[in-house]
Amino acid sequence: MRDVLMIGGKEVTSRLFLGTGKFSSHRLIPEVIRACGSQVVTVALRRIDPEYEEENIVSYVPGECILMPNTSGARNAEEAVRIARVARAAGCGNWVKIEVIADNRYLLPDNYETVRATEILAAEGFVVLPYMSPDLITAKKLVEAGAAAVMPLGSPIGSNRGLRTRELIRILIEEIPLPIIVDAGIGRPSEAAEAMEMGAAAVLVNTAIATAGDPVAMGRAFGLAVEAGRLAYLAGPGKTHEYARASSPLTGFLRD
Amino acid sequence: MSFYEVCQRYGKFDFDSFFKQVTDADIKRIIAKSRLSETDYLALLSPGAEKHLEEMAQKAHRLTVQNFGRVIFLFTPMYLANYCVNQCVYCGFNIHNKLERKKLTLAEVKREAKIIADTGLKHILILTGESRRESPVSYLRECVEVLIKYFTSISIEVYPLEEKEYNELISVGVDGFTMFQEVYNEEAYAQFHPGGPKRNYRFRLEAPERACRAGMRTVNVGALLGLHQWRTEAFLTGLHAHYLQNTFPDVEISVSPPRMRPQLGGFPPKVEVSNKNLVQYILAFRLFMPRGGVTISTREPSELRDRLVRLGATKMSAGSSTAVGGHSAGCTQTGQFEISDTRSVMEMANMLYVQDYQPVYKDWQTL
Repeated sequence: MRDVLMIGGKEVTSRLFLGTGKFSSHRLIPEVIRACGSQVVTVALRRIDPEYEEENIVSYVPGECILMPNTSGARNAEEAVRIARVARAAGCGNWVKIEVIADNRYLLPDNYETVRATEILAAEGFVVLPYMSPDLITAKKLVEAGAAAVMPLGSPIGSNRGLRTRELIRILIEEIPLPIIVDAGIGRPSEAAEAMEMGAAAVLVNTAIATAGDPVAMGRAFGLAVEAGRLAYLAGPGKTHEYARASSPLTGFLRD
Repeated sequence: MSFYEVCQRYGKFDFDSFFKQVTDADIKRIIAKSRLSETDYLALLSPGAEKHLEEMAQKAHRLTVQNFGRVIFLFTPMYLANYCVNQCVYCGFNIHNKLERKKLTLAEVKREAKIIADTGLKHILILTGESRRESPVSYLRECVEVLIKYFTSISIEVYPLEEKEYNELISVGVDGFTMFQEVYNEEAYAQFHPGGPKRNYRFRLEAPERACRAGMRTVNVGALLGLHQWRTEAFLTGLHAHYLQNTFPDVEISVSPPRMRPQLGGFPPKVEVSNKNLVQYILAFRLFMPRGGVTISTREPSELRDRLVRLGATKMSAGSSTAVGGHSAGCTQTGQFEISDTRSVMEMANMLYVQDYQPVYKDWQTL
């Protein structure tokens, strides 16, 4: 059976979503996409410049990818909504990653404003993927608001600190009937694999790839790790035990 | 509590004694910390920290790439008017200086805008001298209404305004604000500003707070280096940025470390600030505020600016002119000061590409 991820009526086979804000050259973006196989690419509307083709970041995203503009810079729901509308009017499609951040030290999202923005944009026909601090109640509200997926952070954006919110993400995976996409904080391929083994539907990575010594090679490593983690999840990992399990148990004779 | 009260806490502080007590072990411990206190930042500005610049640079570079990526944001200044009623002793626009005073007409603003927009830049910083009669808020507003057709981000560097005036400019499209306090030491400030409304130290010091309250997205502060002891001025600038970030967490805060340049009037720097000093300041600030922006202007020579790309800088001006109408061909106006790095936007972009950095021409979208 084909293992595909359905979001907003579209089918994707790669479960690695790619962020684009920190690459040393726009020209690296298509190379990294080729290496990692990503089919969903997020770009901040604030960086999109249709009037300057050569420096327009969108020009470097291959046409077959799903472009997911994000609302970076939005400080409240109203700004996020306006950014999303501008992006759609500029021809960037109807997918949008909601980012509402009113804290410039940790870049932690404002869950309340994120729910509000999701509600408005989903009602307008957008495919809304909200970035959020992992919280079960907020996630349930996002479901009600019409989100297409829920994107909890693993740790603060750009921190490369890995899955610090592991337990909370585990609860979302168990309880929320939408794809859970771990966004932000994943610093190493092994952490991406771990998120996938837990049952995350996908991961979104930018800093760890863009700021690596060799972004193309790191992109490939992440692509492989996400695939391995997904395969492991589907294969059903064996249970873990606190103590060793003897292959010749002491009470085996009692079974006779 | 306003930043004025924060500044007052350091009014009697004995900086020299503090610096003498800083040890190598202190500096190493501070560099290893993930979150620095105010006094940690001050210690990194001490003479004793100069021996540790390479370790500071390595960490500053790593933090900058982690937080901002391998990118440098580009912008250029546009001088709208040079009428000024102040007597700042170090400034070419000083009311007593003999230079042709000029204010751009809206047609001239449009002409300048077209020339700048053709370079690909989408972020403009507009400046004036201080003259509420010649460059009133209504004039600034009219200029912004012209510029908004060409740029997606407009910042102002003008005389201090009231909060409702900032509100008015934001309502027509201004999103960024720059204000150099020039000198944080209040006594020294009085010496360098003998006349005009700029004598009001506190009104200027609290302008960034008013701008943040009014809803500016980006706020940039700085001291003019060369007027007073650079270590304490750098410290108070960093403290100002820190105060603003804590008080207004949704505003993007940055600092500029401008060094004095030759200007009409010929006022020489009172204190020397070497390249090494400047680098120490930028590195210490980066370690203190890993997410704070650092803006480097064309006051600095090209060779140094090229190096600062990897030492914590996040934003740079390019293709600059400090004269009113200076972007238009054939302009022979006297500028506010002499710039040092005269490279065009394209030349700056090429330099960044060579260094494996992406120039960013657009980083905000007018909503």
